Amino acid sequence: MSASFTIDGKAVPFAEGQTIIQAALAAGVYIPHLCHHPEFKPHGSCKLCTVRISGRQSASCTTLAQAGMAVESDTPALNDERRTLTQMLFVEGNHFCPSCEKSGNCKLQATAYDLGMMTAHFDHFFPSRPVDASHPDVLLDFNRCILCSLCVRASRDVDGKNAFALSGRGIKTHLIVNAKSGRLADTDVTLQDKAVRVCPVGVFLRKDRGFNVPIGRRVFDLKPVSAYVDATAALAKE
Amino acid sequence: MDTVVKKKLKVATTSLAGCFGCHMSFLDIDERLFDLLELIAFDRTPLTDIKELGECDIGIIEGGLCNAENVHVLREFRRQCKLLIAIGACAINGGLPAQRNQLSLALILEEVYHTSVGLANGLIPNDPELPLPLAKVRPLHEVVRIDYFIPGCPPSADAIWKALNDILAGHAPALGHGLIHYD
Amino acid sequence: MSAIPDPVAAAVAATVARHRQDPHYILQMLREIQEACDWIAPEAIDRLQQALGLPRTKVEGVAGFYSFLYTKPRGRYRVLFSDNITDRMLGNMELLRRMCEQLWIERGKTSEDGLVSVDTTSCTGMCDQGPALLVNNYAITRVDAPRVDAICELIRAQVELAAWPREYFRVDDQVRRKDVLLGAALAPGEALAAGCARGAEALLAELKLSKLRGRGGAGFSTGLKWEACRNAAGSEHYVVCNADEGEPGTFKDRVLLSAHADLVFEGMSLCALALGARRGMLYLRGEYRYMLDQLNAVLERRRQAGLLGIGILGREGFDFDIEIHLGAGAYICGEESALIESLEGKRGTPRNRPPFPVTHGYLDQPTVVNNVETFAASCLVALRGGAWYAGIGTSASAGTKILSVSGDCARPGLYEYPYGVSVSEVLAACGAVDVQAVQVSGPSGVCLAAGEFGRRIAFEDIPTAGAFMVFDQRRDMFAVARNFVHFFAHESCGFCTPCRVGTSLLRNLMDKLNNGHGSPYDFAEIEKLNRILQAMSHCGLGHSACNPVLDTIAKFRPAYERRLQQKEFEPAFDLDWALEPARQMTGRDDAGAHIGSVEKS
Repeated sequence: MSASFTIDGKAVPFAEGQTIIQAALAAGVYIPHLCHHPEFKPHGSCKLCTVRISGRQSASCTTLAQAGMAVESDTPALNDERRTLTQMLFVEGNHFCPSCEKSGNCKLQATAYDLGMMTAHFDHFFPSRPVDASHPDVLLDFNRCILCSLCVRASRDVDGKNAFALSGRGIKTHLIVNAKSGRLADTDVTLQDKAVRVCPVGVFLRKDRGFNVPIGRRVFDLKPVSAYVDATAALAKE
Repeated sequence: MDTVVKKKLKVATTSLAGCFGCHMSFLDIDERLFDLLELIAFDRTPLTDIKELGECDIGIIEGGLCNAENVHVLREFRRQCKLLIAIGACAINGGLPAQRNQLSLALILEEVYHTSVGLANGLIPNDPELPLPLAKVRPLHEVVRIDYFIPGCPPSADAIWKALNDILAGHAPALGHGLIHYD
Repeated sequence: MSAIPDPVAAAVAATVARHRQDPHYILQMLREIQEACDWIAPEAIDRLQQALGLPRTKVEGVAGFYSFLYTKPRGRYRVLFSDNITDRMLGNMELLRRMCEQLWIERGKTSEDGLVSVDTTSCTGMCDQGPALLVNNYAITRVDAPRVDAICELIRAQVELAAWPREYFRVDDQVRRKDVLLGAALAPGEALAAGCARGAEALLAELKLSKLRGRGGAGFSTGLKWEACRNAAGSEHYVVCNADEGEPGTFKDRVLLSAHADLVFEGMSLCALALGARRGMLYLRGEYRYMLDQLNAVLERRRQAGLLGIGILGREGFDFDIEIHLGAGAYICGEESALIESLEGKRGTPRNRPPFPVTHGYLDQPTVVNNVETFAASCLVALRGGAWYAGIGTSASAGTKILSVSGDCARPGLYEYPYGVSVSEVLAACGAVDVQAVQVSGPSGVCLAAGEFGRRIAFEDIPTAGAFMVFDQRRDMFAVARNFVHFFAHESCGFCTPCRVGTSLLRNLMDKLNNGHGSPYDFAEIEKLNRILQAMSHCGLGHSACNPVLDTIAKFRPAYERRLQQKEFEPAFDLDWALEPARQMTGRDDAGAHIGSVEKS
């Protein structure tokens, strides 16, 4: 018998060293998340996966599971706060879904749908973030970046290229590429890189292909993100 | 008791910096319009061609704010309507027109009227009849208080139907999976 | 190869050699390149990345994080006005405007000739002798109009900073009340000898007995921390002194390091003795750049005296040395795990915890991080014993606390009191009259109103890192809170969503109220953001970013209500001003070319 804890009253088994979200997703219990990815080390920046344990809130992706802990996750109060976080992400960047090829396959959009986000609520920042179309195969649209660092981590830990990093600080934090020119074309990034394929939103777009799957039949058109046991795997197949 | 006739709710609609797509989608609720008309009566709206806005229960606004006239109309709606509903991407986040927000207005006007190919001695229109464009396109909620939002570009007829029914029933609209869309 | 020596190449080569090509020193290298070249040019990054074998992204990521590092030219003279609320109260904004006008430049922009830039920066720790500014990271105190005029002359004449009047750079140690720590005139080595005589185990026992708690604000037991670190497995143990005194209104560490550096280094050495550590690092905030040389001189003197280095005090196996790392304008690096990241040459982003530094700190090895004052106080314990120390202060808060007093009072400066001193006692001592409020422990601390001045400085009542800012009845407490909210928005590291976006949203709302566009709706929004910041943020910065707002709303609500001038929701921006670009382009100024703020039907 492995040890277990509960999420919203449901028993979830876990192995030593697993975080709450790792155990939850393995057990088919959905906790909203954007910067977490099953293949990568815990990160903890988006805070969407925040849960409540004994009255204290913490990110379930960086909190180790412990036997007997009672985790609250799918509560109106937490979902309200998570919705506010998605609203913050929507006003921080320029998220114009109608023109985005990732629409329907976008975790940010799907998570916001699932949380019932009807409006971004806050005043929009409308930041100026020029698109980088220099690369022959990959379009880089910084407008959609939510600073989850997944491309940074993938390039560093999987591709071994360090092609991406975050620079700046605070609200001025932004994604940079590994080239003096600042252009993706001047990096060694290829279409095969994990970094190019791991983005939960639409920063990285393939140039050679578009709308292969029509709007309406995409991953999150079929089922809400919360209904996928492993949304990341479903997206990877796209 | 049974003979009490419920007073119909007065509803006004308009399109600001939008494409009328949301209005088209609204018409797509088809024969359900008849059910709706049991409950509401239209005031000013492109559907009736009534030009003057009277006191209303509900105002439905498509499109964001790209110029001074949009602001005037929006403020008039806010004054006259008890409830204000923003419908569609443009009303909610600026939408397509807001894609110009990355550029300065001066640059845009220069490009459109002075420097683009095929223009000769172009002038930036300055007729007082024309509304001046705002420095940035704004969603409605950044300028007046908005009560409810129906996202989509446009929202589907079913989404609009569901949202209106929710609102007429007195609660915040909730669109589940399949109805809630930003695209 | 070019015959003309390339200053960028020379600066990079020198700093890389100085730090033995160790990429962990990249922040120090960037800082030194900036000092030599006035900015960090793309060519400098080229050379640095090649010399260290690092990807460009790594170098640019670090360079972009710290406020004092510039990857775009910012002038040969970079003037930064300290912008704490205490500087504001002393008229810093008027002085900044005066300087900008005289130099014909716009705030935040570099002059056309590339000579000078003028901007603001977070509190520089000179609150008792402000208004203050930094020129190329060197502190200038007591700025007034004549001094601004003279500085403008010096800049225009392109006089080297070294030739500026020394008086401008005078920083006084204004110690107003001494107690056991500031009054202890220990000879260098005295406490260390006492510690060595006791031995590591006994020293830890005395520390625990002393009930000494961390002076950075959190108040963790120093004895337990050192013991846990000593017991943690690791190839090396490290001692880190947190001198990143960034909390606005705090300047006690500045004085401790200026007047009692031996005490601080000796405390670190005691810690090394207890841990068996061989390396210590003092992380000095970039604003205290001017102290670097004198501190290095103290370290050298201690080496000569056998108090640092191999075989300290003749004891075989007691090998320990200390190096100083300079920060570069990032408040968040005062958070211990962000500080460690910064020491490792990374962006100062707080780590996920656990694990804590005592087991996984610098280079993932067991590390003690303590405040400057904590290390200094540990000397007293080593010398006079734990029981003696525990007898000072209150039962839960042993010893004394140094308060940095500034704001509306006759005698700003340092006041050392045994724990348990009441706020009103401090106010009387510093000559504060007609007091409206006291902000204890800086923006992330607590704002006290007159009815609370009977409360005591102690872990069990008002814990504090040391800031004590006084506001008299003239002051607008909304303006105070707004200044603090701006501070947090500027200093958020940007790692987590709620703090990165939330602090900026909060800043915008406070500005909206300030600009007369506030309504009760916005007030509700502020309260909503406060909740999110508290509940969802990654670290203490986000958790406490709303404290000044929450406190001032609770205690000085009329200051907000005055700001809620609108009954109905209004846009945050000026609608009529939003038509200005179009008016300029069309040349129109007719009635239709304007929007009134209120419209009649």
